[in-house]
Amino acid sequence: MVRVILRRLIQLAATVIALMTLVFFWLRSLPGGPVDALLGERATPQTRELLTRALGYDQPIWVQYGRFLKNVVTGNFGNSIRTGEPVTAVIGRAFPATAELAVAAIIIAIGLGIPLGYLAARHRGRLLDNATIIVTLVGISIPIFFLGYLLKDWLTQGIHVFPPSGRISTGLGNTDVTGFFVLDGLLTREFDASADALWHLVLPAFTLATIPLAIIIRITRASVLDVLDEDYVRTADAKGLRDATIRKRHVLRNALLPVVTTIGLQTGALLAGAVLTEKVYNWGGLGTLITDSISGGRDYPVLQALILLAAVVFIVVNLVVDLSYAIIDPRVRVQ
Amino acid sequence: MPLLDVRDLSVVFQRKGAEPVRAVDGVSFTVEPGQTVGLVGESGCGKSVTSLAIMGLLPRRGNRVTGEVRFEDTDLLTLRPSDLRDRRGRDIGMIFQDPLSSLNPVIPLGVQVAEVLERHRGRSRQAALREARGLLDAVGIPDPARRLKEFPHQLSGGMRQRALIAIALACKPRLLIADEPTTALDVTIQAQILTLLKELVDDSGTALVMITHDLGVVAGLCDTVNVLYAGKVVERAGRHHLFGEPRHPYTEGLLQSVPRLDVDRGGRLHQIRGSVSDNIPWSAGCAFAPRCDRVIDDCIGDTVPLEPDSRGGALRCTNPVPQEVPA
Amino acid sequence: MSGIEALADHKRRRIEELIARTSDTGGVSLLRDAGRRLLRNPTAIVGAIIIVLFLIIAIFAPLVAPHDPVQRFPELIKDLTVDTIPGATAGHPLGSDPLGRDFASRMIFGARQTLFVGVLATLIGLLLGVLLGAVAGAIGGWVDVLIMRFTDVMLALPSLLLAITLVALASRSTQWTVIIAVAVVNVPIFARLLRGSMLAQRGSDHVLAARALGVKQRNIVLRHMLPNSLTAVIVQATLTFAVAILDAAALSFLGLGDPDINRAEWGLMLGVDGVRYFEVRPELAYFPALAIILVALGFTLLGESIREALDPKNRR
Repeated sequence: MVRVILRRLIQLAATVIALMTLVFFWLRSLPGGPVDALLGERATPQTRELLTRALGYDQPIWVQYGRFLKNVVTGNFGNSIRTGEPVTAVIGRAFPATAELAVAAIIIAIGLGIPLGYLAARHRGRLLDNATIIVTLVGISIPIFFLGYLLKDWLTQGIHVFPPSGRISTGLGNTDVTGFFVLDGLLTREFDASADALWHLVLPAFTLATIPLAIIIRITRASVLDVLDEDYVRTADAKGLRDATIRKRHVLRNALLPVVTTIGLQTGALLAGAVLTEKVYNWGGLGTLITDSISGGRDYPVLQALILLAAVVFIVVNLVVDLSYAIIDPRVRVQ
Repeated sequence: MPLLDVRDLSVVFQRKGAEPVRAVDGVSFTVEPGQTVGLVGESGCGKSVTSLAIMGLLPRRGNRVTGEVRFEDTDLLTLRPSDLRDRRGRDIGMIFQDPLSSLNPVIPLGVQVAEVLERHRGRSRQAALREARGLLDAVGIPDPARRLKEFPHQLSGGMRQRALIAIALACKPRLLIADEPTTALDVTIQAQILTLLKELVDDSGTALVMITHDLGVVAGLCDTVNVLYAGKVVERAGRHHLFGEPRHPYTEGLLQSVPRLDVDRGGRLHQIRGSVSDNIPWSAGCAFAPRCDRVIDDCIGDTVPLEPDSRGGALRCTNPVPQEVPA
Repeated sequence: MSGIEALADHKRRRIEELIARTSDTGGVSLLRDAGRRLLRNPTAIVGAIIIVLFLIIAIFAPLVAPHDPVQRFPELIKDLTVDTIPGATAGHPLGSDPLGRDFASRMIFGARQTLFVGVLATLIGLLLGVLLGAVAGAIGGWVDVLIMRFTDVMLALPSLLLAITLVALASRSTQWTVIIAVAVVNVPIFARLLRGSMLAQRGSDHVLAARALGVKQRNIVLRHMLPNSLTAVIVQATLTFAVAILDAAALSFLGLGDPDINRAEWGLMLGVDGVRYFEVRPELAYFPALAIILVALGFTLLGESIREALDPKNRR
């Protein structure tokens, strides 16, 4: 088991370095190089010269590459071009917002997706099943930023059910401890702040959860149907076990195996979806940071670090998922 | 009174957009307490469907089961699903063809044996596991205490089938249905499993319905044999009669296609012409007619009835293999 | 010889007739069987109808559309203010867009541009992916390892994020940057799909038989393995088309889309004007969104139906 984890961690490091190498050479292959990309085409030769030297682009490419790798390994990503702050600080500030949103979304997706998928399978071919299939298909086919605007329009404009944007009401005077507003409220006993933050979280979280939810429902449904056809379920039936026992012990557990893998893969969709959702709800997390780093002149140091972060999060989550898979499935454990 | 009395059992599969398929077509047979009865035929003849219908294990949707399945005094087909559940595993046990896929891959073997005792005997998990150890021991699984904690993929094929037998016999049922229990196993293991089954049912007085395509299995085990063709019983006879003087051309064909070491036929192994897909419907005569060497004009026309014969069995044939005149 | 040859003629004919009637489903090839199931599946039919309508509108856009999609109409412009965009008027059934162009015509021509973006993005991704996957699967060894590690790296980034990155790293955005970014995202998916399918076939009987007969490696790959992998690729391509137009819309929404203001493409119309004027005139978002949903749905329905029909589990 330990060896498996070690091997996966080495793979993770290799993937990260390969990814960063690709980004590095891509940036340098741009016409005019990163300096032009940073300054635009109208910069004077002097400023261009200055920036080239300041960023070390006058040195041979392998020296640059070596220094770049060293920086990546030591976690030094330089300063943001837009704000001048260290990249790690910029990202650290935005991270909790996105994490809060993503965790809420995945809780919704799993918490609703597995029961709904299971119900649909049990009612195969009947109204509930068909309705679920249609809704999930639309869920996969709808541009989620549009869904975000729709929800906002319906639930914040005509009837004021939810706040239209932001993470918390201004002037609430909440104390920032961890950056996770719901958690902060609980820690500092400012329960009104927690509730308010939670209230702000509902629409964005549902918007972001749309695609993973639809996919988890579909996979759960298909997987339950597959398992119901398995010989060991027939054996359980032949034993005369109660329906509830069969469902819980023999069907659900086996049916969850492919769902677990899907959940891991969906964290990727979640990271990408966060970019769109955060823009719709003015959320101010990593997604907003990506958008800002692109539209306000390319902020390469920040972008670079964000790409790295996204890859690491995705790989680590999938590593955790694979390990938990091994806990559920003894066949994997032995190998 | 027979233990199991199957009367005119029919199963029709009805799928959307397809012709209904009559998989089992009015099958009747009985099993006396402690008796071993064989259901024999090629794949697709309806023998497995018959066993699943008896157990109420056919999918609820897409098929229609008619007839009667009397177990002691109750018709299993009219029983409420929950009452049937109370009987399955307790009064009737069943083992299946593929022991690997028939065991749940993610649950320790011990739990899979114990749960049937918990369900029908009201044992606690602890007590059930203790009992399970004895059961595994009884079916010849070495080191049962360790095996209880292992998972199906850690066991050999023969071991898995032994475990399934232990599960099926855990509550000492009066009837065991074995659906091709040795087909998925190596030849050497097959013999071991059959010997084990024979010992267990003989010792406990359990009746056994043995479903197989393999006449070798039947020869060593069954008291009475029902030969099925295209969903109908075509011949029923005691083991000695069946092997000694088969009357139905299909049974004869089956017997002649078994390779034998003791008799030198000095030629090719006999085979039955064509395949099951060459059947004609029973309503138009004898379904086997197109493949039959003894077919005559009378075979085509009306349904051939199953009629009692002089040997205490029954036969569905217009032109049976002539009986040898006793020497 | 005994058997049915010995029977009276009319009895023998009766048998032959009965057998012929019951066995007409025997011996149907896997593909034809799949095709038959596809035609019986209402989901597939709905998907196909949507796609055919979409194609007709896209191809015959100039004949169907009432106006030129880039022409600005004075009668529409005069009613444009900060918070009004004219709705339906005579000659302009869906009203105006924010620049005083005929919205209905832009929707119709949008089918064409959306088809263009979707087809190219899918095709480029497919060709590159199939090439990589075929090379990896056919050669194996270190080439295979290298290609697979490369796809690992690409798959480590969520698809839309990878597309965002690619567009962001390009110095400026054009329609082609969008198409290529969306295409590249699908390369590793096609590559893995093809490689997996080829590896599965390498040990299969028909490939072993071809090898035993002395067929050249190149011909085995081209004639035996690739065609068999193709069905999986077609299914994936159908599903990819849906994802491609959704990704293109998302890029537009993030301001990374095609900067050409004349271009009428649904993703662009929804992602830029649609959301910008959502409170002024939500129809600007509703129509392109609905069109995108329908088309994505159509391709998903068809793709999944084909996959289902090809699944040997669902035979008979």
